Amino acid sequence: MGMFGELPHAGADTADLGVLRFITAGSVDDGKSTLIGRLLHDTKAIFEDQLAAVTRASTKRGQDSVDLSLLTDGLEAEREQGITIDVAYRYFATPRRKFIIADTPGHEQYTRNMVTGASTADAAIILIDARKGVLTQTRRHTYIAHLLGVKHVIVAINKMDLVEHSQTVFDDIRASFLGFAMDLDIPDLRFIPMSALRGDMVVDRGEGLSWYSGETLLQLLESINVAYTADALAARFPVQLVVRPGAGSDFRGYAGRLESGVLSVGDSVVALPSGRNTTIKEIVFLDKKMPVAVAGDSVTLVLADEIDISRGDIIAASAHEPRVAKKIGARICWLSTDPPNAAGRFVLKHTTRSVKAKLASVNDRMDINTFVRQPLPASLAMNDIAHVTLSLAQPIFADTYAMNRITGSFILIDEATNQTVAAGMIEQT
Amino acid sequence: MNATALAHPPELTTLAQRSHLDWLESEAIHILREVAGECANPVLFFSGGKDSIVLLRLAEKAFRPARFPFPLMHIDTGHNFDEVIAFRDLRAEELGERLIVRSVEDSMKRGTVRLHREDDSRNAAQSVTLLEAIEEFGFDAAIGGARRDEEKARAKERMFSFRDEFGQWDPKNQRPELWNLYNTRVHKGEHMRVFPISNWTELDIWQYIARENIAVPSIYYTHRRAVIRRNGLLVPVTRVTPPREGETVEEVAVRFRTVGDITCTCPVESNASTPVEIIAETAVTTITERGATRMDDQTSDASMERRKKEGYF
Repeated sequence: MGMFGELPHAGADTADLGVLRFITAGSVDDGKSTLIGRLLHDTKAIFEDQLAAVTRASTKRGQDSVDLSLLTDGLEAEREQGITIDVAYRYFATPRRKFIIADTPGHEQYTRNMVTGASTADAAIILIDARKGVLTQTRRHTYIAHLLGVKHVIVAINKMDLVEHSQTVFDDIRASFLGFAMDLDIPDLRFIPMSALRGDMVVDRGEGLSWYSGETLLQLLESINVAYTADALAARFPVQLVVRPGAGSDFRGYAGRLESGVLSVGDSVVALPSGRNTTIKEIVFLDKKMPVAVAGDSVTLVLADEIDISRGDIIAASAHEPRVAKKIGARICWLSTDPPNAAGRFVLKHTTRSVKAKLASVNDRMDINTFVRQPLPASLAMNDIAHVTLSLAQPIFADTYAMNRITGSFILIDEATNQTVAAGMIEQT
Repeated sequence: MNATALAHPPELTTLAQRSHLDWLESEAIHILREVAGECANPVLFFSGGKDSIVLLRLAEKAFRPARFPFPLMHIDTGHNFDEVIAFRDLRAEELGERLIVRSVEDSMKRGTVRLHREDDSRNAAQSVTLLEAIEEFGFDAAIGGARRDEEKARAKERMFSFRDEFGQWDPKNQRPELWNLYNTRVHKGEHMRVFPISNWTELDIWQYIARENIAVPSIYYTHRRAVIRRNGLLVPVTRVTPPREGETVEEVAVRFRTVGDITCTCPVESNASTPVEIIAETAVTTITERGATRMDDQTSDASMERRKKEGYF
């Protein structure tokens, strides 16, 4: 797929395409809150009492028109300080699919929050103020989306009404964006001119941008196809629980979610760490037996042979096994306000498995504003993106993050504080 | 490195289509199983309300044919609708799962809950009884049916939400949640609140109830009820909420969108008698679930946030 590849369109117009999760990246000045407010308002996800509250708040602030950005205004603590403290999730739906927005605020903890929001996002909307063009933060947001493996990136060139809806401005910003983004190899990259304030090209086409013949933001979000991406990978089934009712029942199943791939009854699978091969006898879902499970399905597997399997083990496609790794190289984002503990010892949580890990080396640290890599930094601070080597007390069954977002990711937990201190993406196994 | 990318088998194309309800269901099952796998002594809050009824259905899908790896618990304010309490007991019995009930009235007798006035809402007082029950049983995780679409403060809530030894939520210091990796670790005395249906909306709940053919208490459907029109709400006339002087009692066809504490839960006018009719109404409704039905949330813009910080569900 090239950068300008066509988005695959899904079947019938009436089909329920499931859920699309996306993140919006940009500062308040780019009109991010206004865009989210506009999406929620124009898709009728806003109720009268919410709108009435926002109208009251707008009037109180001396604004003439209803400030849609106030719809996403959050906690008391935030209103007092005029900031947003954390990732908030917003919902809207069309007849075609349900949407979950991770709304991440832009301030000093931005990298940490955007990494968090992007980790579960299928798509990212990068907002650019048409008057300002590509800024350092645009590059930073795009890089983070790329780092977290977000495959669909939509560059929303906003506030077009303030540049007289100029196509030249749009084209220049697009060229400037492509100038740095080419290196990132984003599989699906789109550009949309819009005015979130006036509602042009968000849900409705509006009137100001008649020269633009592409899809509106909502049409694009509705048409992005995410279902098959995970199905096309090798099967990975991290075991969450062993289901044994006991007392008069000889049922023994393995409960978990098929994180990638497709599994059918009769398929050959391997269980790790035992390395034993067997076949799938049944795929159970409450009182139903299914012939096949696809990526994302939470099911219970019954295997043909009795193998010793417990939580933290993985059932995988035979001949397409994950790596059994006791030492990994990974790109991490440091999430904690404190630097790594002196011993460099953590609990690493990967799929359903937690193992002890030691930070063997910090190989480089990337300056997220200049993209300069500093080799062998002395320590790590919050928001740092670094390449590290970790040695593990017990093996994990992993793929690279580039190959598989679930079996390629982990978090580090500090045992003394129980805090989640880092998010990791495996590069070498 | 093994080749881990497989060519996509074309004949599976139609099988891969999963609806938004399938997606939400699968996510919630995954979370319930993570609680079972990681927490030593969890509990599931079951009130007889629609959200916790959906949780029980999800728990069946997560754990059957085995029993649930946790008991059910209800914090009873003593101000619940009779139909809901009857439904609660019946459902727990049908499932054959253990139901623990702890009551605000017992906390009042102990003196740990003191109301300003006898007829004050006991809704906020639930927090005290709830924390007492968590301490009594030593629960390290409490699963609840809260949804992020309900309220502003809930929109910022984690799936696994940490509570300190005083049961407090600190919105400024939440654990980042990435991918599907949940940090469930707590020290002794602390606990997790877990919200498997965080990503569901009111409409999703009713669509799921319709799809799964799930029974809910009768008062969720249209029925005639004596009410008073007060501040734009329909206030039900009950044993603890008699009419005030000069108010006119009317009988109206109503249904409840939420079935919380009698003293602060109001029905809406409706003729909907099936989940499908409720979905039709919900799809075009213009007022939020809590806005139409909850007197306590209207006190101030930040009232939910304050109650949550104090340990409220």
